[in-house]
Amino acid sequence: MNTLSKSMRELVRYPSAVIGLVTILFLLAVSAYALITIPYDEATRLWRGGEDVWYQNPKYAAPAWSNYFSDVKQPVSFAVSTKDGSMNKTVEVGAQDTATITVTHSFDYVYDEPPQELILYLDGTFQEKLPFVSVAWITPSGERIRVGDFAVDREMTFRVSQDQKLMKRLKTEDILTALFVEPKSESTEIVKGTYQLEIVAVTFEPNSDIDAEFVLHGTLYGLAGTDHYRRDLMLPLLWGTPIALTFGLLAALGTSLLTMIIAAIGSWYGGWIDELIQRITEINLVLPFLAILIMVGTFYSRSIWVILGVTILLSIFTGAIKSYRAVFMQSKVSPYIEAARAYGTTDRRIIFTYLIPRMIPLLIPALVSSVPSYVFLEASLAVLGLGDPVLPTWGKIIENAFAEGALYRGLYYWVLEPAALLMLTGLGFAMLGFALDRIFNPRLRDI
Amino acid sequence: MTDKQRDVLLSINDLHVWFELRRLGFGHAGYVKAVDGVTFDLHYGETIAIVGESGCGKSSLMKTILGLNKPTKGSITFDGKQDVGTLEGEALRQYRAKIGYVQQDPFGALAPFMNVQRILEEPLIINGVKDPAERERRVRKVMEEVKLTPVDDFLHKFPHMMSGGQQQRVVIARAIILEPKLVVADEPVSMLDASVRVEILKLLRGLQEKYKLAVIYITHDLSTVRYFSERVFVMYAGNVVEKAPVNSLVHNPKHPYTSALMDATSDPDADNALTYRELPPGEPPSLVNPPSGCRFHPRCPKRIDNLCEVEEPTDLASDDHLVACWLYK
Amino acid sequence: MAQNNNLLRIEDLVLHFGTTRGAVQAVDRVNFSLNANQAVVVLGESGCGKSSLAKAILRLLPRNVVSYSGRVYLDGNDVMQLDEEEFRQNIRWASISMVPQAAMNSLNPVIRVGDQVAEPAIIHLGVSKQEAVSLVKKMFQHVGVPEDFISRYPFELSGGMRQRVAIAMALVTSPNLILLDEPTSALDVLTQASIFNVLKRLKGELGISFILITHDIATSSELADSVAVMYAGQIVETSDAHRFFAEPLHPYSRMLMASVPRLRANTEPEFITGQPPSLLNPPKGCRFADRCPKRFDKCSEEPPVANVDGIQVKCWLYTS
Repeated sequence: MNTLSKSMRELVRYPSAVIGLVTILFLLAVSAYALITIPYDEATRLWRGGEDVWYQNPKYAAPAWSNYFSDVKQPVSFAVSTKDGSMNKTVEVGAQDTATITVTHSFDYVYDEPPQELILYLDGTFQEKLPFVSVAWITPSGERIRVGDFAVDREMTFRVSQDQKLMKRLKTEDILTALFVEPKSESTEIVKGTYQLEIVAVTFEPNSDIDAEFVLHGTLYGLAGTDHYRRDLMLPLLWGTPIALTFGLLAALGTSLLTMIIAAIGSWYGGWIDELIQRITEINLVLPFLAILIMVGTFYSRSIWVILGVTILLSIFTGAIKSYRAVFMQSKVSPYIEAARAYGTTDRRIIFTYLIPRMIPLLIPALVSSVPSYVFLEASLAVLGLGDPVLPTWGKIIENAFAEGALYRGLYYWVLEPAALLMLTGLGFAMLGFALDRIFNPRLRDI
Repeated sequence: MTDKQRDVLLSINDLHVWFELRRLGFGHAGYVKAVDGVTFDLHYGETIAIVGESGCGKSSLMKTILGLNKPTKGSITFDGKQDVGTLEGEALRQYRAKIGYVQQDPFGALAPFMNVQRILEEPLIINGVKDPAERERRVRKVMEEVKLTPVDDFLHKFPHMMSGGQQQRVVIARAIILEPKLVVADEPVSMLDASVRVEILKLLRGLQEKYKLAVIYITHDLSTVRYFSERVFVMYAGNVVEKAPVNSLVHNPKHPYTSALMDATSDPDADNALTYRELPPGEPPSLVNPPSGCRFHPRCPKRIDNLCEVEEPTDLASDDHLVACWLYK
Repeated sequence: MAQNNNLLRIEDLVLHFGTTRGAVQAVDRVNFSLNANQAVVVLGESGCGKSSLAKAILRLLPRNVVSYSGRVYLDGNDVMQLDEEEFRQNIRWASISMVPQAAMNSLNPVIRVGDQVAEPAIIHLGVSKQEAVSLVKKMFQHVGVPEDFISRYPFELSGGMRQRVAIAMALVTSPNLILLDEPTSALDVLTQASIFNVLKRLKGELGISFILITHDIATSSELADSVAVMYAGQIVETSDAHRFFAEPLHPYSRMLMASVPRLRANTEPEFITGQPPSLLNPPKGCRFADRCPKRFDKCSEEPPVANVDGIQVKCWLYTS
């Protein structure tokens, strides 16, 4: 512990180390948050998506905070429901088993553009007689527009912009704009103010009831925006963090440790073992790494654990073996190794207790610096379409974005957000790795 | 107790240690004949010094005694029991543990990532001392012996936190912790400062006297042998050329090489600056192709033609002062 | 000792350099002088600052120097006043050259030894390649290296030969003064003696002066005309060789002399208890006080340098 605190103090002398550590801690915090608030099963279920999961979100929506950077304010989406109490619902019992249910919602609309869609989801509970609703739209100036009157079935969807009768009534096909501009004027300027939606329903049975959900699809949504399946991008961004970190750390750790052990064994025993290891390394250096991964992904399995395993396997016998071997060859002839032989140490113990610990200071900076390359590897494979089919990862976001032509359509957020996180990860580990290198390798220090 | 009354601990008989020189690929390019015919006996509790310059084979001889090299020819018998050259695997490891080893470089001899306690415990762990309390007891005892006190202060230090002298004490402690009967010390003080050398040599001598250890003290500095050994062996080019009790050697060096070594060793004396030293010309020979006959003959001022370059001399001269030189036929 | 044919006179030389734990006072107001064609030995153990002294004289400073001051008079001129370029051209390797510690291991392994020895000549003397080669041959003659070794690489030479090559490198520009830092510490006894024979010959035949820095008292007597003993960054005794080796004055020098095992005498060497102080925070007063058997209360103040019949001793015992 003493040496640990001393190394920490040594470490924080370097600004790069501090930045790196802070970045990594931030990423770890995000990972922890993601894992705690959205358990694995929930995450995969959400990521699989489907109409019933993400219906409240618009497609291709940029993050809500984009409005800070633009003069033209885009509408932000929201959804309210009677089921969770975000919409007011009052029930008035009338005569002969009838009841009048009034559902209202008022909201401020301060944007310069009309929304993409207004949707009403109505759910009626009844035995034989359907409830009947009357939907009205009240503008800030008090103007009341009749949106529709109809009977409500179980699980009914009413898309405001698609209603033919409303189009005739408003004398325009562009209902959404019509609902938001000064009525009876020619201007297309959106009127900002408090709007209200009013649903008055009449039920004809004692236990009949309706529930309503009002969804406004703006062009912006949430902290990170949405993709083509309406999925909130915060999910893969958050969940991608622990996945990226885990993959990167496991790959880096597994590869470094195994490389070191194999180099140690080869250089200690020498002879044909050493020769064999060197030849395997040389052959492996020539093998096309990415191509093999692509083949495995295409023909065998895209599971992230399989990819991780193959990555480690192919990365063990790299050029690093040769540089570790060089250091081991030097250490092998150290006097303390000779002393260990002289008091009867077995070969195995010499390798693991005497040689390898000597190497750990060299290992750590290399390990830390190599994490980003594995993170990028995983992302690259995903972009190529070989990502894990089940997990939400950063690479998957980019893959979807490219497939949907995001850059072509101006949906920059879709690519920039995962890219920013990838860069942050790379930067954090690289900076920490550089600082560690300077600590563990005294010759790189200033003094 | 004279030499003849004590029992023989280590018996070396016509020992040869040759290293094969491999040519690139196949075939060999000859042998480095590091030790080429050495015979002597070492008794319990006896200290001998092996003196010679680098390349004379003393290191190879020492490592073979320690069990780190295999002899090519000849035998090494330890404690009357086994021929060390035939040991393998576990038996060889057990033999190695019976001999303590003090190395030249005190810092290099200690694993830099282990503290003193760990360093001293290692030989115990490897040789089957399983009880941690027992190990601690033995570690503390040996630290007291080498005067690394207060013990608690030093137990947790790492090698780089200690001075050269302290490091060497740890090396000595490690060498004796398994209670060996023989300790081999390879130039134990040559990398230490002048004032510390004496301290360490005194320590070694004290331990030797207390535990009746047999010590093989290897050095190239003749001035310390009087201080630390009973008998001196002088090695040149893989052979032992003179074996004598220390006083006899110092007052009456017989082999021309020994005389040369003695002449070249300075004592602090201002008059040294006034004269040139007479030295044998040339350099020690290659061990791959040593000169024929007496290996010193190309450099020897007292060479006898037609004899020294033809035949290799064997041990001659009187009782306990043996010399391999034709001058003493 | 300070006469008119003073080749080198060092006054109050200071070299402190900075580390993360503070300033290391490696050379702390050192004074000594050297006449032409003389050899002075700077005796000291590891950590006393003697290697830093060599660097201070030759201005081979590390990057973290905290203070560097004093006067170094070479033939009467204070070379500390010269700027970096002048010093490099006229002093370093031109008037004073150096054979650093373990020089035989710091020869460039991929360049032939002849070329390495020629390099200082080409740079400092501006000679042509052919002239340099003949100069190299002459140097090899002086140091006793066979001429055909010119085209060999360092690994083909033995340790002793490599050390001779390093000396030749220091010699090729005909300096007046050569600094030798532990020239024989890694060598065998016969090779050691042969190197000293070379140095004696250079001194006798070419009139070169030497500053020999070493911890080996016995071999230092082979070359010394005068001795300066260094302890914890300071010179504690300066004496001529005869009187010093017969009987030194300073308690540290005496204990050092007593710790040398002798081949030809039957004395039991003594050791000095304790350790030299760290140069990071040297103790106030006499730096040897806590290991000195003759310590008394005055020693808590820094002793002045006393002159005992020509011997300078920094000790209260000799101050009347």
